[in-house]
This record gives sequence, structure tokens and C-alpha cells, in this order.
Amino acid sequence: MEKVDHAFVDEIVKAGADRIRTCIQCGTCSSVCPSGRRTAFRTRELIRKALLGLKEEVLSSPNLWLCATCHTCLERCPRQIKVTDAIIIMRNMAAEKGFMLPEHRRASMKLLETGHAVPINTANREKRVSLGLDEVPPTVHSHKDALDDLKTIMERTGFKDLIEKQEAEK
Amino acid sequence: MTEAQTYSFFLGCVMPNRFPNIEKSIRVVLPKIGIELEELEGASCCPAPGVIRSFSEPTWLAIASRNLALAEKAGHDIITGCNGCYGTFKEALLEVREHPDRLKEVQKVFKGLGLKYKAKAEAKHLIEVIYDIGIEELTKKVTRPLTGLKVGVHYGCHLLKPSKNRPWKQTERHTFLDELVELTGAESVPYKDKFMCCGAGGGVRGSNAPVSNDIAVEKLDNMMDVGVDCVLNVCSFCHLQFEVAQAQVNKELGEKKYQIPVIYYTQLLGLAMGLELEELGLHQHMIKTQPMLDKIPE
Repeated sequence: MEKVDHAFVDEIVKAGADRIRTCIQCGTCSSVCPSGRRTAFRTRELIRKALLGLKEEVLSSPNLWLCATCHTCLERCPRQIKVTDAIIIMRNMAAEKGFMLPEHRRASMKLLETGHAVPINTANREKRVSLGLDEVPPTVHSHKDALDDLKTIMERTGFKDLIEKQEAEK
Repeated sequence: MTEAQTYSFFLGCVMPNRFPNIEKSIRVVLPKIGIELEELEGASCCPAPGVIRSFSEPTWLAIASRNLALAEKAGHDIITGCNGCYGTFKEALLEVREHPDRLKEVQKVFKGLGLKYKAKAEAKHLIEVIYDIGIEELTKKVTRPLTGLKVGVHYGCHLLKPSKNRPWKQTERHTFLDELVELTGAESVPYKDKFMCCGAGGGVRGSNAPVSNDIAVEKLDNMMDVGVDCVLNVCSFCHLQFEVAQAQVNKELGEKKYQIPVIYYTQLLGLAMGLELEELGLHQHMIKTQPMLDKIPE
């Protein structure tokens, strides 16, 4: 049987989902969830497992990544639990433990390298020119010093280490 | 009309790097209705509220704050045309304003980079700024009414929610975007689950295309049931979702079942203002816009 971690819910509360313990398992969150309509993802179950302290099970589940962050559950929760925030908090913990999905790791690598999670490519350079726009947008794409600053920020917050650690472990 | 307002134009990732045609329509239309845009040089990814924020919230907060600091330095509020970027800035501002220790944490990360940040600049969605101009004023700009055009309005999620941190007077059943669509002479057609998500956010688009496409298709089916001529959005990521999902699903089906043109609000308004297709980037869509354009009276 899986180890129960009673501190798990405390960590979630501390990170900002302060009303999570007031959950009455009414299921409103699951019933309004657009991902839950078509997958086995059940928000209510996720919250219940978190409250039970089933940390490993929650953090290792691919279902944790099916939330589209539409915030409908958060709006409708009769106990005003910040459900979406709770999911994001648990995702942060999952990433820390190395449970990031490969596609998310790749998008993060792009951000680390270019400052854009979706960087410019040849086809869109051409499209921009044909529209009379600058070939490269006036973002970090056009300013190396700005990109350097951004890279420093991502090193300082630990993002570079986090993503490179996942790269190494894959 | 009141005097021109100037904003720092935040581009984000998807708009300039995948759908520059939307960027073009914004750059052409906004100055014509009294909204001046100044470049936000050196801005980056917002970063995405459901993606990067899901991996490292402190990184998300620091990068969002850097973008806001650039606007603060320019002395303007930020204006964005993406619901995701809007959500990021609204949430990041709230976080540092409610928790001064988080602001200090960000300032510490900025040390030595010449970035001053006091969370003074506001973040606005361009549709919020357009709506503030007023329906009556905007209607005066219409020279080519889009009479007969049936529009499926898609608000998206982060424009509206969490409602506690959004400027709209209602929390549900919003009408502001429908009003903005109908001032062009087009009709906003009601459809089932209109306020449902497009399915792109939270990293679902990137990691689970079948689920993401399935959510988009549910909305598209609901719109097709009421015979819309186009789906209207105000978010570069929702825009990507409806364009890409239709193309991908058609490929899987082996038939072109989904052919609903995906139109950004400034493109629709621009059409009603008599602007040319090329100025609005309407010739650069994945799903061809011609069937919809053919319905517009000359």
C-alpha cells in the first residue's frame, strides 16, 4: 500500500490553495470540467487523494496534466476552493520530482534558449515580411541583451536547473 | 471620441511567431479607433499561465514581472491581444500586490539587471480597451455593415476568469463581445456551451492533441449546428486552437468536414470599417476565409 504523506495537503495550503480542506466532495468540479467529459480525469478524485495524502499517486499521474486551466471549477466551487491553483501547485511539485511530460520539457527548453515558448520560424518570418511587418518581432528575438537578462532571471529562479535536470533524467 | 490613449503593445509568442496576420490587423485597426500602440522592445514570452506557471511558479512570476516592468519603465499600461498573456499579467499583478514578500522576491531576482518594478502598470486586454470606447462611438466607424453574417462568438477562459480578478460587471453570461460583434452589423448566434474552453490551455494542446482537438470539435460542432459563418475570437491561442484543430481533425477524418473560418475581432471590425483583406491578414488563414467573405454585402 502506498505511503500516506499527511504533510502533502499542508504544502498545498501553504502554496496558496488555502481552502482545500473544506472540500465536501460534491463533484461540481468534475461535472463542469471539459477535460473530464472525455477522459478519466476526475477533479474531485484528485482533490480527495490530495486530502488523503496520496502524494506519489497524485504527482505521478498523467491525469494531473489534463486540466486545461479553464477555471470553471474554481468559479463554481461551492466552498470557493481555488481548484485550478491547487492543480498548478501540484504540477509544480510533480515537475520538481521529475514528472514533467516530454512535450512540456521541450517547450521549456525553447523558452530557455530563445525567450519564447513558441519561437519564430522561417515560414512566419516570410509571412511577417509579406504583411509589411518587421521580419523578426521587436521582442527578445530582436534584442540579445534583453534575452541575456531573461536567461539570468531563469537561472536565478532555478528554472534552468529544473529543466536541465529533467533532460538529463529522461 | 476621447483623445488617443497610448499602450505598450505586448505581443507574446503565438501572435508574432505563428499568426502575424492577427498582429497586422491589430496594428492597422487600433490606431484608427484612437488606441495608439508603442513597441515593448525586448519583451518575452508572458509566460503561459497554465504551462510555464505549472512547472515553476516563481519563474512564471519573475518573467511576467519583467514584462510588466518594461511597460512600467515606458510609462504605459500593457495591452495584449491574447487571453493567456492577459491572465498571466492579471494574476501576476494580483500576486505581488497582495503579497509584498512576493514583490521583494521578484526584485531580488532582478538585482543588477537595471529593472525597477513596483507593479504600477496595469494590464489590459485590447477588447477591454475597445469596449471602453463605447458601442455608439465604434458604430460611427462602420462603413460596410456585415449584414447577414452569422458569427459564433468564443470568449475564451482567461479573459473572464477568475472573475474576482477581472474588470467585467458580470461573472457569467457576458454580452460585451456579442455587443462588439453586432455593432458591425453581423449577428452573434447563440450556441450550446458558448462559454466552454477551446481546449488549448494548461499545456493540453502541446501534450495531448487528441483530447485538445476533441474539446475544440465539441465547440465547433455546436457552432455548426446553428449555421455560423465564422468563429470569432479575441485570443491568439484560441485562434491557433480553432485553426489547427480543424486542419488536424480533417486530416484524421480524411474529409474536409470542418471548414469554419476563424476570425480575430480586429479583423471583423476592420472589415466593417471598409479595410482591405490584405491589411487585415484575412488572406493568410489556415481555414480559407473566402466563403465567409462572400457573404458580406458589397
